[in-house]
Amino acid sequence: MTTFPLTRAVPRHFRPRSGNPLFTAAIILAMVMVIAAAAATLIAPYDPDFVDLGNVLSAPSPAHWLGTDAVGRDTLSRMMFGARTALLGPLLVVLLSTALGIGFGLLAGWFGGWIDAVLCRVFDLLFAFPALLLAILAVAIFGKGLTAPVAAMTIAYIPYVARLVRSLVVSERGRPYVTAYRVQGFAGCWIAVKRVLPNVMPTVGAQSTLNFGYVLADLASLSFLGLGVQPPAADWGAMINDSRGALMSGQSLPALVPAIAVVLVVIAMNIIGENLSDRIGGRRQP
Amino acid sequence: MTILPILKKLGSLALTLFAASILVFCSMYFVPGNPVSFLLRGRSPSAEAVAAVTAQYGLDKPVPEQYVDWLANVLHGDFGRSFQYREDVSTLIASRAPATIGLVALAGLIIGILGLAAGITAALNQGRAADQAILLASTGLAAIPSFVGAIVLIAFFAVQLGWFPSFGSGNGFLDALYHLVLPALALAATFVALVARVTRTSMLEQLGREHVEVAVSRGIGRGHVIRRHVLRNALGPILTVSGVLVAGLLVASSIVEQSFGLSGIGSLLVQSVDRLDFPVVQAIVLLIVVIFVTMNTVVDLLAPVIDPRSMAGAAAR
Repeated sequence: MTTFPLTRAVPRHFRPRSGNPLFTAAIILAMVMVIAAAAATLIAPYDPDFVDLGNVLSAPSPAHWLGTDAVGRDTLSRMMFGARTALLGPLLVVLLSTALGIGFGLLAGWFGGWIDAVLCRVFDLLFAFPALLLAILAVAIFGKGLTAPVAAMTIAYIPYVARLVRSLVVSERGRPYVTAYRVQGFAGCWIAVKRVLPNVMPTVGAQSTLNFGYVLADLASLSFLGLGVQPPAADWGAMINDSRGALMSGQSLPALVPAIAVVLVVIAMNIIGENLSDRIGGRRQP
Repeated sequence: MTILPILKKLGSLALTLFAASILVFCSMYFVPGNPVSFLLRGRSPSAEAVAAVTAQYGLDKPVPEQYVDWLANVLHGDFGRSFQYREDVSTLIASRAPATIGLVALAGLIIGILGLAAGITAALNQGRAADQAILLASTGLAAIPSFVGAIVLIAFFAVQLGWFPSFGSGNGFLDALYHLVLPALALAATFVALVARVTRTSMLEQLGREHVEVAVSRGIGRGHVIRRHVLRNALGPILTVSGVLVAGLLVASSIVEQSFGLSGIGSLLVQSVDRLDFPVVQAIVLLIVVIFVTMNTVVDLLAPVIDPRSMAGAAAR
């Protein structure tokens, strides 16, 4: 770490150590979420929709590890089933927007000229619509649920990916290895897809990991507003919305559990994404 | 300052707004079928209702003409009538605007003060405990979506401790301000982290520059160097981010207003989506886009005022 004339010296115990426990923790958390979502039917202790009016808003106990909600449904089971929509939505958005963004970005960056000019104009237009606003508009047109928001968020995230890919491709295009392939007579498209694309992929992957967290938070926000996944389906955002009455009467656990889960996943994705991009940055430096 | 780049930016602004308005207008044609039945979803398609909707959107005319008429009305501040409230959309929005403006202004104040203070403190203590703490806190804060912030603040400060109200907007200036404290904090959380990080990065970049080293070596006071030679130069990226911030604030305010029962533009948007009140949705979406794009252009135009070198650089290019 460089020290600047105006910053004080860094005490030794604050200097970064080798290995990163946060990164490991984030990976473990992500894996736990994926396993819980995938195996929800096997490992969830209760049916997520099983209503038990004799046991509402119970505190955490051996029978209900995370307590129950306002109609006696087991919070832990609902969290596990909710993890499915919570992870599936962002996964679709990130995969689709990354794939399409790479396509458009490569097109704009590699060919330049009028294709670049037109695509950049379209990106500029899409940048004028914040992702969540586009999703709300989509719900207003196509109705509530997960489909319209996922499609809208995909469209909203394409320009972010595409602009990143474009700038990376533009800087790769001028590097000696590309010229070397060209003088050897390799086709432009082949160089772009087979040789340039693999070089930009790590950076794009790191950015998409970051995006995953934000998309998850946005989709949960929509469900919280009652515009996304509809009750009684178990969904983290909808669970928080359902538990607002209990929250007001002092029973905050049913609302806090999904809220904390959303924050943890976003933090985990941030840590993983930043760690990946740091590693790439380290590798790139000569 | 030369006039050409300004005109170019204004032209690009006009083009983006034009395209955005087409998109917002045409969105009702994205659903297959008759626009009348789309607009009247969930309402009884009585003969009068059909006639009223047809007249409002000019649906008996060709589509390009519909758009031109609609745009002309919008430019005159006429967004048509709300199906739900049976009121002019512009009146409706005007009556809801103060709540949102108050919320966004207070949140903006919190973001400006806390974000800058945290970012500057972190940069000046790079690598030390204060920096690590601010980085950690901002990583956590950045991951808190506004609805989670709202829930947590309500749980602790409104329900548990009872310090602040959790619902409604209050009467009178001080009471209204009191009602806005928790909503503004929930709204500001993510953005404080964002501004703090950008400020820190931007400050660090300037701290490493030669002119700072020279100033220090010449014995100029630390505070003076930081204010005049570091912070001033570091403002550019902070300004750029604050332009983007506005859109985020406006959209997130719909979530915060909905959580705290504030009747602002954001909660009006959510309720209008819920009640299939399409003219109101169109108007608010367009309004937010216009504010966002305009703010970004203003920030772009302000950049050379803050830092004249960026203009020189643009001219040289």
